[in-house]
Amino acid sequence: MLHIPILRQGQPYESVEKTELVHHLTGEPIAQLSLANSGLVSRDIKRMDDTVLESFSLAELMAMTKKAAALFMSADLPLGEDSQSFDDYIGQLSATTGMPITYCRSNAAKIHSVLDDIDKVIAGLTRGFDLSILDKGHGRDDDRTLSFYRAGRIFGAVLPSNSPGVHSLWVPAIALKAPIVLKPGREEPWTPYRLIQAFAAAGIPPEAMGFYPTGHAGAGALLQNVDRSMLFGGRATTRPYRDDPNVELHGPGYSKVLLDEDAAANWEQHVEVIASSILANGGRSCINASAVWTPSHAREIADALALKFAAVQALPADDPHAELAAFANPAVAQSINAAINQGLSGQGATDLTEKHRGSSRLVENGRVSYLLPTVIHCDDRDHALSNREFLFPFASVVECPVAEMPDAIGPSLVVTAITQHHAFADALMASPDIDRLNIGAIPTYRLSWDQPHEGNLFEHLYRQRAFQIEPAA
Amino acid sequence: MTKEQNEPTDQQITEAKAKLDEQTRAMVAWHFDPASGCPFWLEYAAGLPWDPRKEIKSYADLDKFDGFEDEWLRGGPVRRWVPKALADKPIYVFETGGSTGVPKSRINIGDFRIDYEMFSQTLNDEYFPKGADWLMLGPTGPRRLRLAVEHLAQHRGGISFHVDLDPRWVVKLTKQGRVREALEYKDHIINQGLTLLRAHDNIRCLFTTPKLLEALAERISIPKAGIGGVFCGGTQMTPQFHRFAREELLEGVSEFVPTYGNTLMGLACHKPFDPADNYDVIYHPPQPRAMVEVVDPDDYKRIADYGQTGRTRLTTLTKEFFMPRFLERDEAERTKPCQAYPWDGVANVRPFSGFATPVVEGVY
Repeated sequence: MLHIPILRQGQPYESVEKTELVHHLTGEPIAQLSLANSGLVSRDIKRMDDTVLESFSLAELMAMTKKAAALFMSADLPLGEDSQSFDDYIGQLSATTGMPITYCRSNAAKIHSVLDDIDKVIAGLTRGFDLSILDKGHGRDDDRTLSFYRAGRIFGAVLPSNSPGVHSLWVPAIALKAPIVLKPGREEPWTPYRLIQAFAAAGIPPEAMGFYPTGHAGAGALLQNVDRSMLFGGRATTRPYRDDPNVELHGPGYSKVLLDEDAAANWEQHVEVIASSILANGGRSCINASAVWTPSHAREIADALALKFAAVQALPADDPHAELAAFANPAVAQSINAAINQGLSGQGATDLTEKHRGSSRLVENGRVSYLLPTVIHCDDRDHALSNREFLFPFASVVECPVAEMPDAIGPSLVVTAITQHHAFADALMASPDIDRLNIGAIPTYRLSWDQPHEGNLFEHLYRQRAFQIEPAA
Repeated sequence: MTKEQNEPTDQQITEAKAKLDEQTRAMVAWHFDPASGCPFWLEYAAGLPWDPRKEIKSYADLDKFDGFEDEWLRGGPVRRWVPKALADKPIYVFETGGSTGVPKSRINIGDFRIDYEMFSQTLNDEYFPKGADWLMLGPTGPRRLRLAVEHLAQHRGGISFHVDLDPRWVVKLTKQGRVREALEYKDHIINQGLTLLRAHDNIRCLFTTPKLLEALAERISIPKAGIGGVFCGGTQMTPQFHRFAREELLEGVSEFVPTYGNTLMGLACHKPFDPADNYDVIYHPPQPRAMVEVVDPDDYKRIADYGQTGRTRLTTLTKEFFMPRFLERDEAERTKPCQAYPWDGVANVRPFSGFATPVVEGVY
């Protein structure tokens, strides 16, 4: 059987402890994944050479990243002692996560575009100064002296399994000269492992890359020992690190679509962009909308979305029309379903999709379960279901006066505000609760990768210093 | 050593079982005799429709008791556990748990000394030299380990140095997500340990917990610091940790001796290292003084088959403490007898997965 090893400074290591990854539908074993004990993770990070990428210029590292982009999409790359083609990767990814093949491919394309456009991504993060300044440590740009030092000597990421697209977020770290230490999600070691192999094949020294499938304690060890990190997870996971500036938190998104009075009056024109914001990528991302706020017509909007969603079916992952991911662990789907039903049991919230569909949102099919897209109309924005996010296409629709929205929406990763009114747009621009703001009918999931996402990775890894140098005599 | 070479003879197994039955009869006779027994068991027996002294003829007969409840050990009066025949001896009370609420307590007189003297016989003098001093870097306070490791050192002709460690504080910090403070406390412990190691050249042996062993190895090379052997316990150890400790933390040089023990049962020794076990951490109880068995979680009187996972069940049979059929909050696999211990063992003990709320464990 396939074995996915730990990569200790690039070197494969087979652990005594392994977990088995199985096909979500058949239960057939797909691979064994070596698990690292927490002490091994700490020990390796402490022994990593944090200068290993400094022997390359940023331009060289970006060229290697571009090369890795092509290799990621096409090459046969090592997978333990075996070899993995791109199609193998897509098949394995879909098999263990239950994600439709089409989405696996579109996510891979997203990762490819970030790697291939790494110069644009880094220019966006650094706002376009001459990058050779980072090689030398200081320099002149636009007639000003700039100096930066690497504060994030080793960069770590505790990664999720929900959607491979998230790997776009850490990949620029390598071009920014930070050796990386990754803890993959339990069902999704495939993408980070393949990315490391693509980077290695493109010339990045393997010792700059660590890969540590591990448990909760190992994740803690990783976060405690790297200089800067990203942590993906729910509130319970991220809470201990909320005051730690060295850990960039990627929790639930609570992304939203907001309509102003004009947009609400013409809501039929916007149903498509709202629906796709909820449904894209199986609704599994933090950039999927989970709420729609409107000053009027909430019921009609919810009903139109529900009618549209009622047609979405639970299809096998290899069906080209599949739009939903399967829950490989049916208990997760059952518990989400129960949480929604509990929220509906009182007054003030109605599941309109279930009415149109005439069947339950929970579909159980052998080993797997699906949750069908769900739109809830809430009478009140304070209803328990009005600001929830789940791992499937789920959204609430609530009414709220436009003037109150900027203060009322709460933390929201992406806000798409369909408005042409400057006053509303300005109030949203001033909101500290919004991480990414789209003004106009832009789907929440459409990201420009040359802009920061829940933090600027360059600023996370580098610190600017004042610098003066006496000219040579 | 091959598996066949390591197997005990049928005679060894039969003799061990006979000793266990004999110990059971003697301890039941002692604890249920009004002249020697403790108030708890005498009162308990008075409420039974049967007489333990007549009906318990073998270890298996202990199934006639309902399970021992850990609530009995919380709160006082603690003297109800002191056997009448030992009432004039100096009494220790050792605690377990207690992160929240009343800890479980067990009285002790000399059992911890006997347990650790027996354990001492399993230590290799090459790695744990007689006359060498010890560093005890583990839970202190009201825990048995504090005195037990000191006695072990003294029994082997050495002196034990200690660093205070309050695991209840660590559990509290961990539960509250106060990661930074927990790390600072760990550093505080390690710094004190390093100071002692640097100041006392004769420290050659170490007791510590898995987490502290890792933390210490981050700061120094343990073999180069002169530590010949490490006795490790206090929390769960996985096979991968076992391998990591041998190969990396101790650099394949110092000896690694994992143990499984607690205040209620005593100390289970590690099966001598055998590559054929693939780093499984296998313990054998100090039979006939105590037993650790693996039972069906749904039928606590049914012993699991070899290799099967189940919940651990403890029985203690000493003059100081009688504890039949106590279900521990752990699970493990049942393993076969070996030559060193011709009775069953338990492998890879870890927190019982059947509880709804996970136990905060392995934090110090």
